[in-house]
Amino acid sequence: MTGASRGIGAAIALALAADGWPVAVNYRSGVDGATATVEAIVSAGGHAVAIQGDVSDPAVPDRLLGAVREQLGPLAVLVNNAGLRADGLALSLSDEDWQRVLDTNLGATYRLTRAVLREMIRARFGRVINIASVIGPRANAGQANYAASKAAVIAFSKTAAVEVARRGVTINAVAPGLIETEMTEGIPSDLGERIPARRTGRPEEVADAVAFLASERASYITATTLYVDGGLSA
Amino acid sequence: MAEPSIDQIEKVITDSLVTFGADRDAISRDAELDALDVDSLDLAELSQIIEENFGVELSSNDVSEIKTVGDAIDIVAERAK
Repeated sequence: MTGASRGIGAAIALALAADGWPVAVNYRSGVDGATATVEAIVSAGGHAVAIQGDVSDPAVPDRLLGAVREQLGPLAVLVNNAGLRADGLALSLSDEDWQRVLDTNLGATYRLTRAVLREMIRARFGRVINIASVIGPRANAGQANYAASKAAVIAFSKTAAVEVARRGVTINAVAPGLIETEMTEGIPSDLGERIPARRTGRPEEVADAVAFLASERASYITATTLYVDGGLSA
Repeated sequence: MAEPSIDQIEKVITDSLVTFGADRDAISRDAELDALDVDSLDLAELSQIIEENFGVELSSNDVSEIKTVGDAIDIVAERAK
């Protein structure tokens, strides 16, 4: 579970733990948040460990997964949630802001997925859930880099999913709409006014969708994108 | 890792192909992987199995050269020396 120190990631970690999964809570810099997530899981009777690692660094995924296997055993579920935004109009985005958003949101998703698929196809079971966004399938001025990365996560998820489907491994994307987190504060958008549900979403509502896709109940669902957006993408 | 015999290599490869869905009776040195319905995902998994059993790492180029069961056995035997 990458990027699990706060927001949607922390809520997903809690939901998976509540379903009985032992959870590796990955974080880049939010050690306090990751520790709080682990403590919340443990106090609810679950099992979790915090593991530091900046997943945008290509060297990190293998080390991270090695630590997870050592501490929790074989990987059954991977949730790629770590993400960042660096907003600006396409005509003025810096190369650096373009690249670091792509490296974290897309590059890390690809490398971690690649690394776990090797063992998941052997196990004839696996769940990969990639957190995308409603931004990507639809436009939002000022977020061209973020939109490109998230649309690519959806495309990557679909293609990788069909490659491994017959080995009992499912890969899906979850596309949150406007969810109340630190990450969505100050997003340059009037999207809020266009949500049919007339409210923003809560991290727990995204987490429930992820927990469902990770469960046995979702065994025949693969290569799809589940929107959790109050109807915004309709 | 001790050098494996041809029989050992053949057994691991044959058993793997059967696991992937190939008909055991149709497997022979000359059998083409395409005809056995062995595809790129199966070959990727076979590469992992070969690496685990014999310590032989096959690149994607190596794998693309494998057309028959015999090709697979021979390349592993050669690399395991």
